[in-house]
Amino acid sequence: MSELAFFIDYSRCIGCQACVQACQECDTHRGVSMIHLETVERRDTVQTAPQVCMHCEDPICARVCPADAIKKTDDGVVQSSLKPRCIGCSNCVLACPFGVPKYLASIDQMMKCDLCYDRTSTGKKPMCATVCPSQALSFTTLDENQKARAGTPINEWKFGAEVVRTKVYVMVPPAVQTFEVSGLVQLGKKRAGSAGQPRPRDPNDVADLLEET
Amino acid sequence: MSDKDVEGAPREPAWRADFPIRWALDHYVTRRELAKFLTLGSALLAAGNAVIAAVGKWRRAPPLPEVTIAGAAAIPIGGSALFRYPTEADPCIVVRGQDGALRAFSQVCTHLSCAVVHRAEKDELFCPCHHGHFSANDGRPIAGPPIRRLPVIRLTQRGDQVIAIGKEV
Repeated sequence: MSELAFFIDYSRCIGCQACVQACQECDTHRGVSMIHLETVERRDTVQTAPQVCMHCEDPICARVCPADAIKKTDDGVVQSSLKPRCIGCSNCVLACPFGVPKYLASIDQMMKCDLCYDRTSTGKKPMCATVCPSQALSFTTLDENQKARAGTPINEWKFGAEVVRTKVYVMVPPAVQTFEVSGLVQLGKKRAGSAGQPRPRDPNDVADLLEET
Repeated sequence: MSDKDVEGAPREPAWRADFPIRWALDHYVTRRELAKFLTLGSALLAAGNAVIAAVGKWRRAPPLPEVTIAGAAAIPIGGSALFRYPTEADPCIVVRGQDGALRAFSQVCTHLSCAVVHRAEKDELFCPCHHGHFSANDGRPIAGPPIRRLPVIRLTQRGDQVIAIGKEV
């Protein structure tokens, strides 16, 4: 019997925003959604991707916090910023490799997903996983997930030499074992196209964006 | 998982022990939290005092019964008699002063609750336990450990009967 874990299956997301609405209704942060529903290549597709906090084993957001405001509980959940401590410096916003923490200027604080700690610490599912109609977000055991899903759940991300392990799993095609994020970005490509004309910029190519500067 | 067993990570600097990432190891109280605690705590104390003062101001104790003091009218100048007021558990003393007026006080010393006795030659009430002296005219402490005056029993005279009608603490 494996313990309960959070699984994100981006391919199942239908962009219904139910998770965002459910998150907003929570009393601990009423009106502000801690889950981000990202649009992927909006120009070409309606595909969306929900992003909750991945709850890193070694949370970089907590490491860079100068005010000692982000804490990890013993069950592996990285909590949102502690209100009396957060100074709104946005270090965590810049440091998170998954883009999870957001700075709220109206309260001069950072807020982020804490896996509905009031619910999950007492055995309930997080709000978003409860309402997701296509189960792109699910909160179940690894065994149950393996029985029901074809893909592989992975929780290890490689950013070059940096390996990030997370508490939250993401479903990928069965062949994939680890995810090389830096492999997606290839710097130093020749931008020259055919017949001396510069290749047109690809707005979705991160390398193109990085080399612009 | 502790911060120190991350594979390949350098050893943690010493300051990390004071500012740990794990919640369970964190014992730091911020200045803001302390200030909030002090402010709210002071406000609570002030509100509590206000409530107690208001209750004390508006609540009226029920009137005490009228009790006739047997033989009080016959006390000579410089003499005294004992009685109980308002209940049988409250010993009191009535004295006739040099001016001929009757005055009554609780007999319970305000220091440690011994019984005071009348000393006519010094016109005072004396507590033999720790040598406390009270004035027989108004019950105020004169010497010794007591610092609060003896409660005064209000008296009235109807015909030849002396009646206790109240108590002033």
